[in-house]
Amino acid sequence: MKRTVPMLITAAVGFTLIGAYFVPYTQNWGESVAIWFDVLAAIAFILGGGNLLRTHLKRISDQGRGWGYSAIVLVAFVATLFVGLGKIGVAPSPQFPDHAWSGQYRQTGSAFWFMYQYAFSPLTSTIFALLAFYIASAAFRAFRAKNLEAKLLLGTAFIILLGRTFAGVALTDWIDPANWDGFRYFTGLRLENLTVYIMAVFNTAGNRAIMIGIALGIVATSLKILIGVDRSYLGKD
Amino acid sequence: MGEFILDQWWLALIFIGTLVPLVRQFASAGIMPALRTLDRRWIFLLMFWSVLLPIYFIGVTGKTFPEVPSALAEATFAEIDRLNPGDPVLLSFDYDPASEGELQPMATAFVRHCAEKKLKMYFMSLWPVGPQMLQNTVDKVITADFPSLVYGQDYVNLGYKSGYEAVIKVITTNIRELYTTDARGTAIQDIPMMRDITSVQQMKLIINVSAGYAGVKEWVLYAATPYPSLRLVAGTTGVQAPLVYPYVPRQLRGLLGAIKGAAEYEKLVMDAYGGPAPDPKYLEGLRRMGPQLVAHLLIIVLILVANVLYFADKREARQ
Repeated sequence: MKRTVPMLITAAVGFTLIGAYFVPYTQNWGESVAIWFDVLAAIAFILGGGNLLRTHLKRISDQGRGWGYSAIVLVAFVATLFVGLGKIGVAPSPQFPDHAWSGQYRQTGSAFWFMYQYAFSPLTSTIFALLAFYIASAAFRAFRAKNLEAKLLLGTAFIILLGRTFAGVALTDWIDPANWDGFRYFTGLRLENLTVYIMAVFNTAGNRAIMIGIALGIVATSLKILIGVDRSYLGKD
Repeated sequence: MGEFILDQWWLALIFIGTLVPLVRQFASAGIMPALRTLDRRWIFLLMFWSVLLPIYFIGVTGKTFPEVPSALAEATFAEIDRLNPGDPVLLSFDYDPASEGELQPMATAFVRHCAEKKLKMYFMSLWPVGPQMLQNTVDKVITADFPSLVYGQDYVNLGYKSGYEAVIKVITTNIRELYTTDARGTAIQDIPMMRDITSVQQMKLIINVSAGYAGVKEWVLYAATPYPSLRLVAGTTGVQAPLVYPYVPRQLRGLLGAIKGAAEYEKLVMDAYGGPAPDPKYLEGLRRMGPQLVAHLLIIVLILVANVLYFADKREARQ
């Protein structure tokens, strides 16, 4: 019973939504379900917050490895939540001047805005910018022309790296029909054109093949779940 | 360039000074052995200089590399440029500060182009921190340079809604189901430019600036594909662009990939609307192509050096 009822709900909802996609009269059912999903997604934020608190509080209480980082996470989480929900430093909205909390939580000059502007934004940008350093280091350490596939990858990487900058134009702008009429057959070999060709032909063909494969896999997996062959999503109990 | 180095001699001095220990290492141990044991912090330092020097050079001189717009950038430009004043466009800014460096130039250029065309702009975001990106762009472009545009009549900020693709799915058929107020808390029915809008299908164009999930792929799957009359153009990160190329041109009418795409599109917008001396804030993509060029060249040099080492070692081992 514990497994049969959820399985029946899954099957009923799944098949109804598949039907709703094809039957015009029932198309708004899909819309209603999407709104339920929005409600669930909003509630999931609360669950996520609860889970974050539980995990990090446990690590702090156990004095586990890196518990200091957990403390920082918790302090940052609680402080952000407090200034956001409490609308600290937010002036009332001009439309509702008598209601203290009517302003936007991220109003310019508010505590939340300050945290976003001077902590969150520079920190996330910094972390992302570090990628450039690690990519350079990884390129030096790992990118070796060991076999044919690696050589092809290396050649493509050079074309794309050069073709996505002015270097591509500067290196091959001599392939110009103005220099020699015969070059009109070879303009495709200019690095910037080769880059577009690689992206539009090889990349697109490869990606389409992968996408079609994934889509077929999703159909097969979904059907297995809907008809009850795959029950792993219900857990072991 | 020579004049710049002479003027900024102190910077050249610091640059050379930081690399002196590396040169000494090469001189004492020999080039090949030094390269074999090269500390990765030297690579970090080289990358630091290869990004910093072009930024400084472009900042001081204002010079940028010439950019030739690709067919995709031209298609993106044409999609917006064909619209008539007053046409509604939806701008979904689905990115965060981590990808701001890559995506903000194209977001700025998109808003500038729409403002120049006097389109009605409906801003929204599928990312929790998207509203800040959106507000920064509105402040930078509309508030600063188009003060005649009125909030609620010419542009509106619908803000963020949780639910990712489910949001797209709902608003393509009924926008009021999810958006009962704008980001400022004003009831939708009280916003003049929202009165006749019931669904996203009424938009003449969707412009998406996307850094990942939820983003351009979801807009293609849940908006442009089921409703072929909906036209979609997008600006994406370099990592994401190859993944959405398969949707060009039928589901995705135009695509700007990373800073290169932004620079090409900026050039088209500035050539058409920028005037003789455009504000540098509208040339950010073009300006960032400088550091990208030097950083790419550095990576190529590093790969080449590493492979020379690899083949030299292999040859030695064989002998």
